[in-house]
Order: sequence, then C-alpha cells, then structure tokens
Amino acid sequence: MKQILNMITATISLNKDHMPVQRDQDVVPFRNRVKEYATKIRMGLVNQTKLQTAASELVRNMLRYGGGGEILIEVVSRGRDNGIRLTFSDKGPGIADIAMAMKDGYSTGKSLGLGLPGTKRLVNEFDIKSELGKGTKVVILKWANG
Amino acid sequence: MDRIPILKMGQFLLVTIQVDLYDRLALDLEADLVRMVSKTGAKGILIDISAVSIVDSFMGRIIGNIGVMSKLLDAETVVVGMQPAVAITLVELGLPLKGVYTALNVEKGMDLLKLKIQVTDEDETDPEYDHSDDISE
Repeated sequence: MKQILNMITATISLNKDHMPVQRDQDVVPFRNRVKEYATKIRMGLVNQTKLQTAASELVRNMLRYGGGGEILIEVVSRGRDNGIRLTFSDKGPGIADIAMAMKDGYSTGKSLGLGLPGTKRLVNEFDIKSELGKGTKVVILKWANG
Repeated sequence: MDRIPILKMGQFLLVTIQVDLYDRLALDLEADLVRMVSKTGAKGILIDISAVSIVDSFMGRIIGNIGVMSKLLDAETVVVGMQPAVAITLVELGLPLKGVYTALNVEKGMDLLKLKIQVTDEDETDPEYDHSDDISE
C-alpha cells in the first residue's frame, strides 16, 4: 500500500470512506457514493462522468475477476486542488501480465478489453499492482479541475 | 427484480431508461428487446438514454449488441438523448458506438426511424415490377 501511494502524487487525505462490494447490486450505491463525493468537491460534470465511468469499469473487474473486494474512497488535496482517489482492493487470483492487461483490446474474459486501458485514459493518475494468488490493487485519482 | 419497460407504438418499440443501469439490468433489456422484436415484428427500436448519467464499456457493448441483433431481425435501432458528458467519456474510453443510429432527441429519433423504414421499403420493391398485374388477377 505504501509503495503504491508513493508512486502517486503526494497528497493530503481529507476524508475517507470504505465500501465493500460483493455483488452486482452493490455497484449502483457505490457509483452514487462516488458521485456524492465528486459533487461535494465541485467536480465538473464531464470529469464526474469520467470518474464514475472509470469507477464502474474497475468495480466490474473486481467483481468478475477478483470475486469482489473493498473500495477506499478518499477526498484528497494538493495545494488548491481537490480530487477523489479510489483504491480498489481484491483478494482474487491476481493478473499474470499487467502490461498485456493494459493493452487495448486484450481480455481473458468475453469483454472488449477496454476496461483497464480505457479507465486509464479517463483519470489523471492510475496505478495497478497485482500479485498472483494474492490479489490486485488499483488506485485512480481524478482532480476536480483535472 | 428490476426491469426496464418496453412500450410498443405502431411498428416501433420504445424504451426509456430512467434508472441507473447495472450489468444484469442491461443484459435483461437486451434479451427482452430481441424477444419483443421477434414477437411483434417491430421495424424499429428507439432507446432514450437522456436520463442515463454514465455508460461504461459493458453497457456500451450491450447498446451496440442491441443494434446488431435487431438488425438481424430486420429492425433498426436509434439511440437518442445522449448527454454530452457521456459522449465525451465514451469516445475517450475507446467505444465510439458505431453500428447504432443516434439522434439528439426522441422527436428526431422517431423521424429518423420512419425515414429508415421507408427507405428500406422502397429498396425492397422492384421498380420494374408492375403492380397492376396483381389487381387484374
């Protein structure tokens, strides 16, 4: 966890919230929670939509490949900028080849393989760590005016 | 269990998505729509997504699938009312939703559907064929 945070811009965390996601039905309340936080820091509508879409992609990955997990929602600040940082942790089988998984059009499932690379394009910062047999952790950050 | 209602209006099926989509709901809609097209012989589907705040790669794919599947059953699909932020996000995500027709609002979508159906009708009738023969028989 420390390692991941170091790779992402140094920020101050203002507010934290944990949310377990185990079933398909948990996705909508989670997306709403993200929206709530984004509205609170006055994130613009386009950025909000991008963040929610990125979150939706990652939460699906977590459910489908990781068998569910937990999401940490944080409001972070860097200087005058506010942003939302989401950390998705699962205890699934992990990703064997992250470089491959980050390529457009690659999927081990039946999807289009846009999830991870597409998500990266939608947010300001993106980091993924995975250990085979232990699980996967994805961190994304979107600035309110980013 | 939630379900998105499908309304039949003449030759068309109308769907207004007023709730937040999750995967199961989108999959059910896809199956229901294809079944309804086959059952009613509808010529067009109009999907209003003006109340949908996010469309991710999965839902985008379902919308694309509905377009392709209904085309196989001889029906056209028009997606209307997409929010600008959703359009921006879809393109950046890498999913430009090719294969479905789009229109700005329900009214324009209906016009487009009517036009599409007329055009295909004309294509299918052979201009050389003389209809007066039918009557005399």
